[in-house]
Amino acid sequence: MIARLMGEAQYRISDDLLEQLNAVDSRAGEALERDDEQDFRSQLEELAKMVREHGERLDDAELTPSDLIIPPTDLSLDEAHELFEGEGLIPDLPVPEGSTES
Amino acid sequence: MPGLMGRAGTLVRAKFSKFLDRAEDPNETLDYSYERQLQMLQNVKRGVADVVTAKKRLQMQTNKLEQSIVKLETQARQALAQGREDLARQALERKTAVQQQLQGLDQQVQGLEAQQEKLVASEKQLSTKVESFRSTKEVIKAQYSAAEAQVRIGEAASGIGEQMADTGLAIQRAKDKTEQMQARAEAVDELVAAGTLEDFTAGDQTQLDRELAQLSAGAQVDDELEKMKAELDSGEERKELPQ
Repeated sequence: MIARLMGEAQYRISDDLLEQLNAVDSRAGEALERDDEQDFRSQLEELAKMVREHGERLDDAELTPSDLIIPPTDLSLDEAHELFEGEGLIPDLPVPEGSTES
Repeated sequence: MPGLMGRAGTLVRAKFSKFLDRAEDPNETLDYSYERQLQMLQNVKRGVADVVTAKKRLQMQTNKLEQSIVKLETQARQALAQGREDLARQALERKTAVQQQLQGLDQQVQGLEAQQEKLVASEKQLSTKVESFRSTKEVIKAQYSAAEAQVRIGEAASGIGEQMADTGLAIQRAKDKTEQMQARAEAVDELVAAGTLEDFTAGDQTQLDRELAQLSAGAQVDDELEKMKAELDSGEERKELPQ
């Protein structure tokens, strides 16, 4: 399966790794819940590290969609709250100039 | 509480799923998607330019503040040499305030540097994928039936849509940070304007300059007064002389 480290690259990872990633991912979610920035960052960093170490980096030219999307490792708590709960930190995709989209 | 990966995936997919639904004519979808990619590339380039501009502004402020530290130190010495410890103290107090502002600025310039690197990396990835999409799009148009094309378009467009959302996040984060730093730069400018951190390096004389100038002017005036008094005295003596 394919994992994307946001702000970095995509990696091909084994199914075995997924279980381990899920465990770390839950801890990252809990850290966010408690507003524990230090733990939150270190869990995110751990996720990225596991993917970088055990995954195989995809060529940038690949157009394969990812099965897993991992947020940027340097996300602050404020940014994470905005990304996941607020208005959303990811802007809408641009519409070409002169185009009319409803 | 669900993990973050699931939520991030949902968010990212939500951003680009809309334009996949427009697929009445596959060729039109491909071209439209490609136009949006080019637009996104423009956006990320603009993002990089904005970060560079903000960084330059902070660097200029840094230089200005560094110059004023040197000047304040010189002024403190001058004041002390003239026996005005009070003025020297004022100059050194301001120097400390300027130094504090400088410290923060250095960190911010570094922060912007990091943002710039990330954006440039994101731009490079997006641009590689856009190029790849462009050639895939021509292959799909030329070789596949409408039904087959749908499947391939779906995949390629999802793959690049995901990258666009990722790049979009990088642009937004850089923009937020740049705005915070511009606000900070404006605050420093305001402090300078309000006289808290007087702009000692601008052409205008500062309060300290004026006081130091007054010190030497005062001495000169005293001298001249003495001279005039002496002249007057001798003039009066001359008047008494018979013409």
